[in-house]
Amino acid sequence: MTIKEQQDNIIDEFSFFDDWTEKYEYIIQMGKDLPLIDEQYKKDENLIRGCQSKVWLHADYRDGKLYFTADSDAVITKGLVSMMVRVLSGQTPKEIASAEIYFIDAIGLKSHLSLTRSNGLLSMLKQMKMYGMAMSGKM
Amino acid sequence: MNSELATAVILDIEKIRKDFPLLQTKVYGKPLVYLDNAATTQKPFMVLQALDDYYARYNSNVHRGVHYLSQQATEAYEVARRKVAAYINALHEHEIIFTKGTTNSINLVASSFGRKFLKPGDEVLISAMEHHSNIVPWQMICEEKGAILKVIPINDQGELRMERFDELLTDKVKIVAVTYVSNSLGTVNPVQEIIQKAHAAGIPVLLDCAQAIQHIPVNIQELDADFLAFSGHKIYGPTGIGVLYGKERWLDEMPPYEGGGDMIKNVTFAKTTYNELPFKFEAGTPDIAGSIVLGVAIDYIQKTGLAAIRQTEEDVLNYAYNRLAAIPSLRFIGNARQRSGAISFLVGNIHPFDMGELLDKQSIAVRTGHHCTQPVMDFFKIPGTVRASFAFYNTRPEVDALVKGIEKARQMLD
Repeated sequence: MTIKEQQDNIIDEFSFFDDWTEKYEYIIQMGKDLPLIDEQYKKDENLIRGCQSKVWLHADYRDGKLYFTADSDAVITKGLVSMMVRVLSGQTPKEIASAEIYFIDAIGLKSHLSLTRSNGLLSMLKQMKMYGMAMSGKM
Repeated sequence: MNSELATAVILDIEKIRKDFPLLQTKVYGKPLVYLDNAATTQKPFMVLQALDDYYARYNSNVHRGVHYLSQQATEAYEVARRKVAAYINALHEHEIIFTKGTTNSINLVASSFGRKFLKPGDEVLISAMEHHSNIVPWQMICEEKGAILKVIPINDQGELRMERFDELLTDKVKIVAVTYVSNSLGTVNPVQEIIQKAHAAGIPVLLDCAQAIQHIPVNIQELDADFLAFSGHKIYGPTGIGVLYGKERWLDEMPPYEGGGDMIKNVTFAKTTYNELPFKFEAGTPDIAGSIVLGVAIDYIQKTGLAAIRQTEEDVLNYAYNRLAAIPSLRFIGNARQRSGAISFLVGNIHPFDMGELLDKQSIAVRTGHHCTQPVMDFFKIPGTVRASFAFYNTRPEVDALVKGIEKARQMLD
């Protein structure tokens, strides 16, 4: 599935929700379902500092593709993180580096990618793209 | 509680709320419940009108023009200084310096006092519950001067360990800088005792009153603190204006903080002589509008009555404390016997960010995070807290909405 298809799927899933409670319950559930990051990767150098919640991001490069695992100490952030992982993990570095991320806006969570939110999500997206750019040369 | 407060009446909150246009706002289609008053307070009509009035009728630069408008603006600016002086009962008007806010006021003292009086090996004594604004300026000047920053520790209730204060108050200490009320814990510190003990040892004291000036009557001559700092926007005035009170003898001895217009008497390329107080510390065009409007905010408080404000706030704060205490798995962070303004808490293992997010969706504005007091969070070994902070316009039904909001968030996150 392409990055675009992954994003469109998430937008579809969110279109069923009538109110914020259902939407957030879904995000919280995704946060709880996110496969745990391997403890050895939950170290300071993988820590993306947001102002309020911590996010850990680990990248693996296999067969020309980047695979991400991630975690956060806040469950809503973890839900958002899990969607970002779902969209970008398993794609080629080039696609990740040039990806246009529009699903967060489309599902009404635009503020989470703003600088004022400082929940680490924006920094995480930047870091994922950095990995993409750094590994693009190896293709 | 003193006798003045015991006789104060509780305000008619519904009437008071009509004075504040922003409190009529809806967020996500529901009435806003604004419980982030320790971060900034909302502004009454009177204040907004005064701001408009200044720019519409007599905007002009101060202390320089001979023309009519400039004289009007200068007069209004100096009247504002008089109002601030009267509000804290300062001995002299020229002991009131207009600044950008508490942070700016503390930086001014740390820099000017530090440059003049700190030597290598000297100590500056602060407390473990200080806001970053009362830590970092002192760290900077200590580093520059080879001085040492010492810290009065806190106990598990979030109170200062006064027995440690006594030990730390040695003759190496050149200044004590403490907050009157903690912004993250709500603790009211025994500042009278701190000032008396420091003065007995000949050491001056700076009081950070950012979280006190809007809640507690501050009589500076009675308290006898040497410096006092607060921000206009936390006392129903505009952002960008603040106050530094300093005793004349210290301000006279301290070198200017910034150079520029208004702070000079005479300038040649060989030498500049400085203006007298308070202008020595007010370089450049000041926040004229902000100062005048801060004066009007103080008028509003005087008109409402600080004793009545305090009584009203204590009522809602106690109600909130009792209602929150009944929530299963809620624990207070900071449980001082003397509290003002704010209540910090955590619920179960819920991250404060998650709680704040779900409260926001229910149109309840609280603060989450470390509240710019990271050492306090480190002490309690937590990533942050949820903080509800109150003003006299907050109601019991708003507290009920908060409690209901927390319950809903807890159900969703569990």
